[in-house]
Amino acid sequence: MPVGMVCTGVRAEEKMLAAAFSARGVELHVVDDRTIHGDLGSWPETLPRVDAVLLRSKSHWRNVVIAHWLESLGGRTINESRVIETCGDKVRTTLALLSEGVPTLSASVAFASAGGEMAAEAVGYPLVVKPVIGSWGRLIGKVNDRDALDLALDHKAALGGAPHSVTYLQRFVETGGRDVRSFVVGGRCIAAIARTSEGWKTNTALGAEATGLELDSALSGVSEAAALAVGGGMVAVDLFETEDGYLVNEVNATMEFRNSVDTTGVDIPGFIADYVLGQAEAAAAERPVA
Amino acid sequence: MSVAVGTECPVCAGTVDTPDDAMLGELLDCDECGSELEVTQLTPGIELKETPMCAEDWGE
Repeated sequence: MPVGMVCTGVRAEEKMLAAAFSARGVELHVVDDRTIHGDLGSWPETLPRVDAVLLRSKSHWRNVVIAHWLESLGGRTINESRVIETCGDKVRTTLALLSEGVPTLSASVAFASAGGEMAAEAVGYPLVVKPVIGSWGRLIGKVNDRDALDLALDHKAALGGAPHSVTYLQRFVETGGRDVRSFVVGGRCIAAIARTSEGWKTNTALGAEATGLELDSALSGVSEAAALAVGGGMVAVDLFETEDGYLVNEVNATMEFRNSVDTTGVDIPGFIADYVLGQAEAAAAERPVA
Repeated sequence: MSVAVGTECPVCAGTVDTPDDAMLGELLDCDECGSELEVTQLTPGIELKETPMCAEDWGE
């Protein structure tokens, strides 16, 4: 059963996934998102009509557009558009977690400079200002006081654009430069790493070190609940360890795992490939008989 | 991963080691200048091109 994978260039993750599909004897069509174009009423001509398409564009917007496009034509995408949209937008992620009672950091939003100042007073310093849409730790700032907040708000105003018209402020949690990332595939938490950094940001994209972490029921439970809250599928959950237990920080719909296979000993790309194949088989079973 | 012959970096003209199982679109780093490069051709010989700058909505 052939499947598709849409990506922006082939990173280590896509190469590992290609190997996992190959090992299962699956015909994989790797399609660069820069070649995708066409009439929205028709399947994209550069993408073979397959039963499931794994979306791994680097671009959030491209993943959203392609997911909606293929879904509108009866295609099965992994992840689904609702999962991508929820995870790619920090406001929507927070709201989804809150609505399902998943423990998460308190966060506020504001829409203008004055609103940002009032929201910051309510959240309390230090706090973290994040772009609503963005990843890899970019444009995330720890704000220790009112002066730093003024600078952050000025920068957002200077950057402009619709995404920066919303200020998302999150309570800062002192973690000693450590957080946890768990991987949930098809509702099951399969692996986790601890990420440690000399700074307060723990993105491996910024050089944080990853070490394998033993799963326990508390970590698996909150991770699986977070995944369910954003719509299921397969996601990477970022968490903080606190005295009150785990708090979910973010949920990622296009997980990177190059540093997490050797460190955990878990075949993450294999789990993903099996999940995608399961989705393809389910889609084929639901397809009307011609 | 075995390593095939080097390919010229389009940015610094240094030598980039390209894997013999390279895929079209594969992203590689030049050890000499640090540029991120993309495999844009496999045959008759591997060609590399500098990748686009990171965009605001890129990530996980």
